[in-house]
Amino acid sequence: MTTKASQDPLALSNDFVSGETNFIKVDNFKFFYGKKEALHGINLEIPSRKVTAFIGPSGCGKSTLLRNFNRMNELIPGVRHEGDITIHGMSIYDPSVEIIALRRRIGMVFQKSNPFPMSIYENIVYPLRIAGQNNRSILDETVERCLRSAALWDEAKDRLNDSALGLSGGQMQRLCIARAVASRPEILLMDEPCSALDPIATAKVEELIIELKRDFTIVIVTHNMQQASRVSELTAFFYLGNLIEFDDTRKIFNNPSMKQTEEYITGRFG
Amino acid sequence: MTSTAATSARNFFSHAGKKTSFLRLFRNHFLTGLCIALSLLTLVPLFSIVVLVIQNGLPLLSTNLFTQLPPAPGMEGGGFGNAIVGTLVMVGIALFISVPLGILAAVFVNEYASASWLATLVRFVAKLLTGIPSIICGVFAFAAVVMTTHKFSALAGGIALAILILPTILLTAEQSLMGVPYAFREASFGVGATPFQTIWRIVLPEAMPAIMTGVMLAVARAAGETAPVLFTALFSQNWIKSIMEPTASLSVLIYNFASLPYAYHIKLAWSASLILVALVTLSNILAQVIFAPKHR
Amino acid sequence: MACLLASVLTITLLAFIVGEILFKAWPAISKFGLGFITGKQWSPNREVFGVLPVLIGTTASSFLALLVSLPLGLAIAIFLSEDFFPGPVRQVIRFVVETLAAIPSVVYGLWGIFVVIPLVQQYGAVIAAKFGIIPFLAGPAYGNSLLTASLVLALMVLPTITAISRSSLVAVPYTLREGSYALGATRWETILKVIIPTAAPGIVASSILAFGRAMGETMAVAMLIGNSQRLSWSLLSPSNTLSALLANQFAEADGIQVSALMYAAALLIVLTLGVNIAGEAVLRHTQKATAGLR
Repeated sequence: MTTKASQDPLALSNDFVSGETNFIKVDNFKFFYGKKEALHGINLEIPSRKVTAFIGPSGCGKSTLLRNFNRMNELIPGVRHEGDITIHGMSIYDPSVEIIALRRRIGMVFQKSNPFPMSIYENIVYPLRIAGQNNRSILDETVERCLRSAALWDEAKDRLNDSALGLSGGQMQRLCIARAVASRPEILLMDEPCSALDPIATAKVEELIIELKRDFTIVIVTHNMQQASRVSELTAFFYLGNLIEFDDTRKIFNNPSMKQTEEYITGRFG
Repeated sequence: MTSTAATSARNFFSHAGKKTSFLRLFRNHFLTGLCIALSLLTLVPLFSIVVLVIQNGLPLLSTNLFTQLPPAPGMEGGGFGNAIVGTLVMVGIALFISVPLGILAAVFVNEYASASWLATLVRFVAKLLTGIPSIICGVFAFAAVVMTTHKFSALAGGIALAILILPTILLTAEQSLMGVPYAFREASFGVGATPFQTIWRIVLPEAMPAIMTGVMLAVARAAGETAPVLFTALFSQNWIKSIMEPTASLSVLIYNFASLPYAYHIKLAWSASLILVALVTLSNILAQVIFAPKHR
Repeated sequence: MACLLASVLTITLLAFIVGEILFKAWPAISKFGLGFITGKQWSPNREVFGVLPVLIGTTASSFLALLVSLPLGLAIAIFLSEDFFPGPVRQVIRFVVETLAAIPSVVYGLWGIFVVIPLVQQYGAVIAAKFGIIPFLAGPAYGNSLLTASLVLALMVLPTITAISRSSLVAVPYTLREGSYALGATRWETILKVIIPTAAPGIVASSILAFGRAMGETMAVAMLIGNSQRLSWSLLSPSNTLSALLANQFAEADGIQVSALMYAAALLIVLTLGVNIAGEAVLRHTQKATAGLR
């Protein structure tokens, strides 16, 4: 299995059941920055191979929750949590879980693209290199696979050794997506990935997200209602640290059951 | 179902069935330890300097140090009042020259011609001057003053120190002027003030605390320097009577006495170090304190 | 008007310094020419002046100082810029390093005479006895030596390295750290592979500027290096630097020796200005580059 994984690009993504309904399970999860409670007991089940959007006004906790899935919040001093988050039925806070391994299995794309100041090639193979993989053919293969899945191959294949900082804003963000999928994660977390992009670049990234859900479970935080309705199948609406409503995207946008959701969707606040 | 879930969970949390390598985690902790160890290592010499200066400097500390002259070689007793006075006089001369010059140049650079090539050149030269070794200031003062007047003097030492601190004063003064909000100037112009009135009545007073910080830093720097005064003011066993004669300073005293074979003189050198370090630290703290209430 | 005058004065000051020193050095420059730089002898009595050993001593002591200081300074800079410890602990370390910068050179010299020289004497003899075959460590071991001066110099340039490296490390955008952690990197993989390469130009600049400072540092070196113009490859032998040479000989020099010393001073200016301009250029380039990352 392991040897096969390094040869067949899609081998790893086949070993879990597509459409698992409780792939990521958030169980009465509370989160604190110091004394301030940012999340008040969230319960949520995110299915695999779907795009789930988190929406809500600024400060509602959607990013905080997203950043707990790969335990990025722990970089901030003085935070703590209660409750649990499980993936594949296993707690991410289990003592046997290594944060490093967890983060390798969960790719993350940030609001502002953050390519490292190195070549396009080195950016993508960074997660492999730190894991000790220096086999040239595997690295080459990964670069092509990732650039293709980020729809950047045609634009970048002739300049792989150029600095990543020479790319346009939209290209940089797609490079970051390519880099995020290099270590073959199953989950992709996207924290407002298009908020710094122009409409054309945004459209490309959105197209890409829809493409990527064939292979990845995607959770996306967005401020843009249209974006949520365009790319996601499920939408969770957060308000003041509470999960107000979680349902099929079409239902949320056409016929929400909660009044707050409706007011937010129709733009009456937020 | 549960067994599949368990398998996939295992696959999920350990990439391709492998745990993160022990080596990676070990290296991580090792480097953290190394970094902390190296940081702490630098505490050792500093600790040693501070302890020795206090330990060796305190025994002789008394009013005699400030009021008496250094003993002749091999003799005991006495102090270095003349060196303290000499240091103060030379720092005073340096300030007298550099403070007006530095502030005026800073006003020019920031208020009158901030975008001109001349201002850029002034900044550039000031930056270069900060990089010139302090002994070069001494060499210059030797060439320009000592060789002209045919005398080692406090004036030559003061001029050497003035050159040393000029860029510090200029650059900090310029920073301070830059820190004055533009709205202040607009308000002043708005009520009909001339640029001259605006600068002297509004901008400079507002920037003064920050400028004084720069001046105090310059004092700290000048008081501690030896190289510029070493062969310009030279040294003297007597009280200063005129700024046109060789003059003692604390720093040169330390240098001269440190290599003498007399225990008492070496003790004096340590005491002088204690007073010099105290003087420098005091000026530095003063610099912080003056700046603090206004802008932090 | 006065302001303009002050500015012009500042600009001309540098030219005046260089001009005056060159003018006073002229007799020696015309007499010795480039032979001054390549000459191995410095004996005022015979009016023979060559600064090659002193130039080598200047470069070697500064280089050695950098070699010791860079790892320590970088470690502290990392310590100060990353969150290994809560703020107050870092503040203390920062205060300590700033205190190092405030101690006058001559006090370092005094401390060096009574602490570092005995240490180097004691262990230098042991080292020379064991590894004396290596030219750099050949005996006889002196306390007043290149090694002693370099060690104290290392301490003196540490604040320069730490301050500039720290600010360039801090300038690395947080998003890059985040990006690296999110890809499953450990803290030190992030530091070594992302943060340090991004801050590298600033670290290089700090080293260059520290090198420049070390070359110009006078008093502590003059008190510790042994002031010998004899060419030697051993770290344990006395040596000399340009600035220490000036400090030791100016007060008692006359005639052509003064001129020769002025020539040496001119060389020191050229060296330090060159190094400083290079350092500033790299630093400016860095600030532009990291500004682009934000």
